[in-house]
Amino acid sequence: MIDSATSAGRRVPLLEVDDLHTWFELRQWGFRRVGTVHAVDGVSLALAHGEAVAFVGESGCGKSSLARTLLGLHRPTQGEVRFDGQALAGLGKADMKAYRAKVGYVQQDPFGALPPFLDVRRILAEPLIVHGVTDRTERERRIRAVLEEVRLGPVDEVLGKFPHMLSGGQQQRVVIARALVLEPVMIIADEPVSMLDASVRVEILDLLRRIQSERELTLVFITHDLSTVRHYAERIFVMYAGRVVESAPVDELLDHPQHPYTLALLSALSDPDADNALRLREVPGGEPPSLIHPPSGCRFHPRCPQAMAGLCDRDEPIEFTPRPGHVSACWLYQ
Amino acid sequence: MADASLLRVDDLALHYQTRNGVVRAVDGVSFDIQRGEALVILGESGCGKSSLAKTLMRVLPRNVHHVGGRVTLDGVEISALPDERFRRDVQWSRMALVMQASMNALNPVVKVGAQVAEPLRVLRRWPRRRALERAAEVFALVGLSNDFMTRYPFELSGGMRQRAVLAMALVAEPDLVILDEPTSALDVLTQASIMNVLKRVKRELGTSFILITHDVATSSELADRVALMYAGELVEVCDARRFFSEPAHPYSRMLMASVPRLRQRERPQSIPGQPPSLLWPPAGCRFAARCPERFASCDHSPPALPLHERHRVRCWLHALDNASPVSDGPRSTGEEGTHDR
Amino acid sequence: MIIERLRAGWVELRRYPSALMGLGIIAGLLMLALYTVIAIPYPQALEAWRGGEAWRMHPVNAEPLWLDRLKGGDAPSTLIIEHDAEEVEETMFTGGRRLRIPLAFDFGYADFPGEMNLFLRAEDHAEAPFARLSWLTPDGRDISLGGHRLQPRHRVSISQDRELTRRLGGLAPHIGLFADPASDAVPEVLPGRYRLVLDVVVFDEQADIDATLVVYGRVHGIAGTDHQRRELSLALMWGTPVALAFGLIAAVGTTLTTLVIAAMGVWYRGWVDALIQRLTEVNMILPLLPILVMVGTLYSTSIWLMLGVVVVLGIFSAGIKTYRAMLLPIREAPYIEAARAYGASDMRIVLRYMIPRILPVLIPTFVTLIPTFVFLEASLAVLGLGDPVLPTWGKVLNDAQTQSALYNGYTYWVVAPALLLMLTGLGFAMLGFAMDRVFNPRLRNL
Repeated sequence: MIDSATSAGRRVPLLEVDDLHTWFELRQWGFRRVGTVHAVDGVSLALAHGEAVAFVGESGCGKSSLARTLLGLHRPTQGEVRFDGQALAGLGKADMKAYRAKVGYVQQDPFGALPPFLDVRRILAEPLIVHGVTDRTERERRIRAVLEEVRLGPVDEVLGKFPHMLSGGQQQRVVIARALVLEPVMIIADEPVSMLDASVRVEILDLLRRIQSERELTLVFITHDLSTVRHYAERIFVMYAGRVVESAPVDELLDHPQHPYTLALLSALSDPDADNALRLREVPGGEPPSLIHPPSGCRFHPRCPQAMAGLCDRDEPIEFTPRPGHVSACWLYQ
Repeated sequence: MADASLLRVDDLALHYQTRNGVVRAVDGVSFDIQRGEALVILGESGCGKSSLAKTLMRVLPRNVHHVGGRVTLDGVEISALPDERFRRDVQWSRMALVMQASMNALNPVVKVGAQVAEPLRVLRRWPRRRALERAAEVFALVGLSNDFMTRYPFELSGGMRQRAVLAMALVAEPDLVILDEPTSALDVLTQASIMNVLKRVKRELGTSFILITHDVATSSELADRVALMYAGELVEVCDARRFFSEPAHPYSRMLMASVPRLRQRERPQSIPGQPPSLLWPPAGCRFAARCPERFASCDHSPPALPLHERHRVRCWLHALDNASPVSDGPRSTGEEGTHDR
Repeated sequence: MIIERLRAGWVELRRYPSALMGLGIIAGLLMLALYTVIAIPYPQALEAWRGGEAWRMHPVNAEPLWLDRLKGGDAPSTLIIEHDAEEVEETMFTGGRRLRIPLAFDFGYADFPGEMNLFLRAEDHAEAPFARLSWLTPDGRDISLGGHRLQPRHRVSISQDRELTRRLGGLAPHIGLFADPASDAVPEVLPGRYRLVLDVVVFDEQADIDATLVVYGRVHGIAGTDHQRRELSLALMWGTPVALAFGLIAAVGTTLTTLVIAAMGVWYRGWVDALIQRLTEVNMILPLLPILVMVGTLYSTSIWLMLGVVVVLGIFSAGIKTYRAMLLPIREAPYIEAARAYGASDMRIVLRYMIPRILPVLIPTFVTLIPTFVFLEASLAVLGLGDPVLPTWGKVLNDAQTQSALYNGYTYWVVAPALLLMLTGLGFAMLGFAMDRVFNPRLRNL
């Protein structure tokens, strides 16, 4: 599946995103335009073959819209997504379908992500049918193989079950199996564990990470929870109001955060500790920004304790590199 | 024996009748809370923690099969009160409940200030002006500007609505507030600021809290004590400091190890297996099937064994630590009271 | 899949007695329909229902036999007396023959017959034969019924004979001829053996005469007869497959097409949805019945055309709005998004992922919809827009109405088709409501 790029040039970019904007029009009565939601507003990045990255941000920061744009579910308003050097916008119907087979999608709510009226066998067969695998025995073989891979067993028993008969963790394994059954080169996982119980989360994250390294997949892991990313990604992109504000390798970012927003996020997050109850946390004031009328300049400036008047509220910060491999879109590092 | 606790819960049970049988959502739960103390009830989804809150507040669904146990508030056995009196004398005024997702249950066509003042108007028959004045005080307490009193719920962000709901719970100055997953639908930053509000209220008003959550990190933000719930039972009730540093029950230890941590480099470990069905809980220890330390005794249901002062563990491993496990109370399961002095 | 869901539903459905009763009724109707279609082939049924000569041996407006007996009556059934060649006395004379044909029968009912006709066949006669009729009563009276010059197919309507009526003292012949002369004001039947003797003069050497006397009864079969002597049982039986087929096809046709169109509107949104919505809104204010009346009056009242119009007008109905409301949240379901992400086509998403999701909830609605279409068909027929050739329940009701059946006391004519309609409605309703409880998640646990 994965060609020579794996061993020779592991870091050849698989996916390039260039100044991507995904906007949604708000319409009243179905036609009168009343506003535009700037869900993704100028994101550029490149992901290498076999790389695991995490996008972190609060709800409404545009991370899910970015994921859907990468999946080809939303059409970018501006900018370009290139996969293996090919712009998605230029793909014909057949090529787009082929692209969809190469990119697997794991969603947040495992129960909702599975059609409740189909059994596991049929759920896993559907992508194969859609992609023209007509031979029944071939389908059965691939379905069984992928169930083994996600460690969902006993396979014979599971195949005949309906989603509601499975636990949340098992459902999420089926979702992952469905994303893998077409043997993709990239997996996009949008909050894959946020609806699961604490004890199951680690299992699912371990599973994703293991499959990612075994199959040498590119993994895009989207989460609102910074604490879950350390062991499951190599690089982190922190998003705020439709933009990437900071990106760095995981340990670098968690240990030496630079952007005031990342700092705020980190200080708001706690590890379990009885002392937490004794102190108030530092939280930037204000509300998350409106995506219809995003703030001028740096989008974080209204809440930023270090905002510099006349600069941050006027000019959009460009990317600086305060530490090697560490990119931060903040005027502080000018 | 003088009992200083604000709330004592003894052998509380709530069983639901479903098509498939009786679900033992809460099955013999006992704990107590001191005045000004915050108890966190921690547990995974489906362990019965929300049912516990509903039982305490008597907001029960229609398919209840059995409610049992004794609840004592300030020495008064409120579980024996008739519904009418409970509603008049206890709900809102002594104990308030913030239900899960209640921030989305605000009346969309009534101004937020009026909604917050409502309990006073209904319970205490206060005139409108006085109730609104009090509501304004509570708004300030939860960190909401008074401008928002005249807004409608849809004009408020999620965090503000959650604050408004908190204000509604606090408006009648209850002794105890029960919060069911108050922050789980909110963003990280909003979560932190809501927790700040709770901390401040606890410090300034001395209100007691029962915080129900599945999130270990959130639980540590408020907890004086932690009660860990598993399959309808409390498996460990413990001082927060001890719980977060050296929990006693194997489930507590494994749960702590499964939490991904931001500032430590150890890899979190998952807990294999699944919780048992509350329809047919296993006869012995309910965690035994997933427990790496199980032994022969685990086929029998362990009582809540006292380990330290106000620390109880439902695990046979700790019967060995203690020569005479229970000297001051009945030994049989389901009847264990939390004896503290 | 859906099959699984239905199987589980069936297990649960068996717990509802009403569902079982409804199923029983429906099964009964289905069996009746099946039997009818096999026993009386369609062309034969159409031919028979056209009426005419084929029914001349049947009484007019006769009650069902069992109904009369149930009421304790003893109304006569129809007697058909054929002439017996053995008993014919023949005397030759130059230029012809003289035949004496006796038609004898026993009459023992307590009630008078409804009518009396004599059918004669005198074919291939060079010159029309002449017949003289005389009526011999059991007590020996001989009443002359007059003479007739016979047509090749001759019918003597004895009951219509005014002259005879006058001679019988104002009593209709089929009463007067059977009355006991001893009875006073109210005539009573004189039981015994009656004879109608035909003295025929034939002016031919070979040609023969056939005589059949029909003494019409006042009761007939299990469903009685109508004003055209047709057996109502034919219409009631054939009405069953017609009603079921109409109801089923209309319900399936409207539900499925409505569902697919609603789903497409929801899926494609934009102008497709807007167009469907506007069409629906326009269609919803168009009254169905008047349009059907119009089509029936101006064009044709064929049941299949009506069915087509009902389905076409039923497509853009309130159902579109209901299904749209049900489908809108499903459109946003994560599993639909997942299907898009792995490349499922639009049609696949609409047909395989969206529609199956609401199908279980729709089945009960669909079942309860069937009788409404059955009733619609009957209503059209009652309004006189029934299919011109097909025997249906509605047609029977329509005939009953135009013949003032209730005014004339022919209650059975109205009650039987009405009862069948109600039974159909009841059966499907009982099943449908029970299914609703099983399949509709909102009604569960209530």
